[in-house]
Amino acid sequence: MIEVDRLSLSIRDVPILREVSLALAPGRTLGLVGESGSGKSMTALAIMRLAPRAAEMSGAVRLEGQALGPLSERQMCDIRGREIGMIFQEPMTALNPVQRIGDQVAETLLVHGHANRGEAMARAKDRLARVGLVPDRFPLSRYPFELSGGQRQRVCIALAIALRPKLLIADEPTTALDVTTQAQILALLKELVAEEDMACLFITHDLGVVAEMAHEIAVMQRGEIVERTTPDALPGGLSHPYAKSLFSAAGHVPARAAPAPGAPLLEVDGAVRDYALPKTRLIGPAPTFRAVDGVSFMLRAGESLGLVGESGCGKSTLARAILGLEPLQGGAIRLAGAEVSPEMAPALRRRVQVVFQDPYGSFNPRHRVGRLIAEPFHLTARPNDAEAQVAAALESVGLSASDAEKFPHEFSGGQRQRIAIARALITKPDLIVLDEAVSALDVSVRARILDLLADLQARFGLAYLFITHDLTVVRVITDRVMVMRAGRIVEEAGTEALFEAPQADYTRELLAAAPMLPAA
Amino acid sequence: MLRYVVTRALSLALSLAAASVVIFIVIQGVPGDPAAFMLGLNAEPETVAALRAELGLEGGLVQRYVAWMGGMLTGDFGTSYTYRVPVAELVADRAKVSVPLAAYALALSTLIALPVGILAAARRGGPVDWGIIGLTQLGIAVPNFWFAMLLVLLLAITFPIFSAGGFPGWEAGVWAGMKALTLPAVALALPQASILARVMRSALIETLASDYMRTARAKGLSEGRAIRAHALRNAMIPVLTILGLQFSFLLAGAIIIENVFYLPGLGRLIFQGITQRDLIVVQSVTMLLVFAVVTVTFLVDLAYAAADPRLRRRR
Amino acid sequence: MRVPVALTIGAGLTAVFLVAALISLVWTPYDVASLSVSDRFAPPSGAHWLGTDHLGRDMVSMLMAGGRTSIAVALVAVGIGMGIGVPLGLMAAARRGSLMDEVLMRGNDLIFAFPSLVIAILITAVFGPSAVNAILAIGIFNIPVFARVARGAALTVWSAEFILAARVAGKGAARISVEHILPNIANLLVVQGTIQFSLGILAEAGLSYVGLGAQPPVPSWGRMLAESQTLIYTNPWLAVLPGLAIVLTVLGLNLMGDGLRDLLDPRLRRAMR
Repeated sequence: MIEVDRLSLSIRDVPILREVSLALAPGRTLGLVGESGSGKSMTALAIMRLAPRAAEMSGAVRLEGQALGPLSERQMCDIRGREIGMIFQEPMTALNPVQRIGDQVAETLLVHGHANRGEAMARAKDRLARVGLVPDRFPLSRYPFELSGGQRQRVCIALAIALRPKLLIADEPTTALDVTTQAQILALLKELVAEEDMACLFITHDLGVVAEMAHEIAVMQRGEIVERTTPDALPGGLSHPYAKSLFSAAGHVPARAAPAPGAPLLEVDGAVRDYALPKTRLIGPAPTFRAVDGVSFMLRAGESLGLVGESGCGKSTLARAILGLEPLQGGAIRLAGAEVSPEMAPALRRRVQVVFQDPYGSFNPRHRVGRLIAEPFHLTARPNDAEAQVAAALESVGLSASDAEKFPHEFSGGQRQRIAIARALITKPDLIVLDEAVSALDVSVRARILDLLADLQARFGLAYLFITHDLTVVRVITDRVMVMRAGRIVEEAGTEALFEAPQADYTRELLAAAPMLPAA
Repeated sequence: MLRYVVTRALSLALSLAAASVVIFIVIQGVPGDPAAFMLGLNAEPETVAALRAELGLEGGLVQRYVAWMGGMLTGDFGTSYTYRVPVAELVADRAKVSVPLAAYALALSTLIALPVGILAAARRGGPVDWGIIGLTQLGIAVPNFWFAMLLVLLLAITFPIFSAGGFPGWEAGVWAGMKALTLPAVALALPQASILARVMRSALIETLASDYMRTARAKGLSEGRAIRAHALRNAMIPVLTILGLQFSFLLAGAIIIENVFYLPGLGRLIFQGITQRDLIVVQSVTMLLVFAVVTVTFLVDLAYAAADPRLRRRR
Repeated sequence: MRVPVALTIGAGLTAVFLVAALISLVWTPYDVASLSVSDRFAPPSGAHWLGTDHLGRDMVSMLMAGGRTSIAVALVAVGIGMGIGVPLGLMAAARRGSLMDEVLMRGNDLIFAFPSLVIAILITAVFGPSAVNAILAIGIFNIPVFARVARGAALTVWSAEFILAARVAGKGAARISVEHILPNIANLLVVQGTIQFSLGILAEAGLSYVGLGAQPPVPSWGRMLAESQTLIYTNPWLAVLPGLAIVLTVLGLNLMGDGLRDLLDPRLRRAMR
């Protein structure tokens, strides 16, 4: 039994945690959810006593009745790894890149003096097999860079549970992973918690994941636990307004009407896109990789089409070809009947604009918002009333005309995404490509941006190509969906039809893997 | 691994070949008639013609280049015009001073810099760190030949512990030879050690902030043990790059330092070759120095592969 | 925003020597060209604050005029390096992976294969020793440095989404390089510029010291050191002063570079994240 009792933490008098209390029982998973900056990760680090040196703590953490607070750093080292294991968000960087995976797992055993080297390696082999890395396919001599993200996260789990700790802290363990990989890691963690009789503190921002994983849920806001509930009670059993709004935002459905079927706007006909890989030989051509492999589809004016796939499936490459940024190696793309290519005329280019994922990287940090939004005027002649048009675009995305004078860093993530949308609107395009446009946003911000997109579509008759890995988003904002895998479209159907009766195996796999919230 | 070695070796052979062309053109192509250049303005036409014949300058540029390269590859570096002995002999003789000097300086610099850099990183933000930052900042700003002059002033004139210059030769014994090389090595090592210590410090601080250090701490490693087991090896990768570059700086620095201390080394040889317009010596010794730099780069590349499995296993 | 202490100290030191060198263009306490054997080896006094050298020249005037040469050589060499290296680096980044990029980078490697001072010595030896050839020799080495820094930094900026947005807005590689890339790597280039500036001062001192830089009667810190070497037994002061001038200028520049990096980098990093 692990108890966190009124744990408070502040750094230079700024309170980060306020009286956080948690009880963690063997074989049970406690989900700690909240938006970014709510103090979830700091709670974990405070339990491990790995918080920044400047942090001042009060309250207590008790492990089977023993308070951890008074322990010396040396005694704490004995606790870490043996009694409490921890895994982190970023499996790509969480392992030492120059050490073999076997050694990294064995180190947990060696550092606690539980085995000699030979025994430790044998145990490491055993534990790696337990997390699904069987020795004949994944020998102990592998280096992290030879494994995928999901496999690396398995190694991290193996070294965290090598000594069968009483508590496993998992801090956003699947956030960096694709949805099918996420499902496998979640299943593994569930199994381990039950089998090894560990307590698990599962930290996430993803409400679907927590609903699936946890026995109990604690909702955190500004360093405070504002609501405790269970997955079964969701969403009706919530009482705190923040927790309520958080869950309703996650399941938010923007109001949008089915579009009148318009004329064909974008036609993609057997598109092929190869790109060169790094050269492996001094002489001879570089090898190529076929990222988009014979993709065909059609998008009508005013329609909203989703393109779903996991990372590396070629969806962003396809997007760049549709934007006329990169040439095709086969097939053709036509916008309103005219060929799309890197050499296409500005008058055609004007008709398709884009919004990207990263609200931080989307703007030149040295330009003012007004100049950023006006940049696509490069395609048209700069109109005389350019400033008025920029002001109108800002107002149409819910910002004010005076924001044109500010720099992008003065805005929050959600506001920046509004600026990006304003920039896409400025040339009055027919089609906007939304490339993971809401993926980096917290749920409540995301809900408002989706509302805005639905509203703009109705007002301006825009067509959207909505590219994302997130099925829940696609479901509420598109009319039709395509599922992409390894450069090909494996299924295309009306949105509801696809979710109700998926045809392709891969689609079914994706849908099964996606953590879904209980319907409101 | 083999593929990596072969690729690196090939690319280095290419840069050597390119470097030889550049050297050849600068020395034989640019000044017009090398023989006239070597003999100066007042030389008799007959003397110039005789030298041309002696130097094998009759053929075209390409022919001469091929002849020079053929000689270099078979160990025939030509004959010095001023010393009247084969350049290979001169080089072998002078290398007995220059190579130990460079090794001495490199050893000093590495032995001082790495611990100092590690100490600063481990105490980052504290007074020890600030002190080290300040001292290394000063060390980088000091021209090594001026530092050499100060060393002479202090340790050879005011307190005559070392000699102010000259080299007794290894015949006088290893101890006497090392003693004569000590001040030059210290002068050469100081700026290098300052740079290296700073690189070590920042590389280590960067690895200390990495995710795998957090993983190591979560496993139960103490901070010191985590540094020893995980951070150091990763931090060595950028340090290796700088070590490789430093060899080239040491060679160049040695040219000036050998002049301060009147050491009969390769640097002094090339410098004398320039002042005496002995182009054969200049051309061949420059090529040898470039060869040395490129070889060290190659060795550093191999060391990289040893330190970083990602390079070793790449296809 | 807090200005780093290193920047204040560094900029102050640099400014002192820069201003002294500038003033020497129009005025020095004494004429450095006029020799006065009767006044030689004078100790510091009211008339000669830092004494006189072996030819009776005022040391303050010599340091001011010598600094002019050293600083001018290093500064012009940085100009050459930036002026040629940065456009090359920007072009290579804009055409990443192209033949031009490849040739440029191999050319860079080639120059790095030469021990830097060796080739500088070679150039000045073949073309004759002079301050102008010293500038060329040092400047040539600055080109690949700036090309590499510019290319590396530009590649990071090219991968930012705002560049994709600019391309969607129909802007070409040249325009993007000038409008978006250059302003975002300017910080780094300025920092690198101060580093190369300080290295240039050290290199000029080295070249002049071995007689391959500035020629008499042009004073330079390196030449002052060379001339004082034989006098070090009797008048160490003459060797200490120009050395200190070099150390303080280089230190000032390096501190300034470090301070600038501290000041500019976090903001750059935050903006680029």
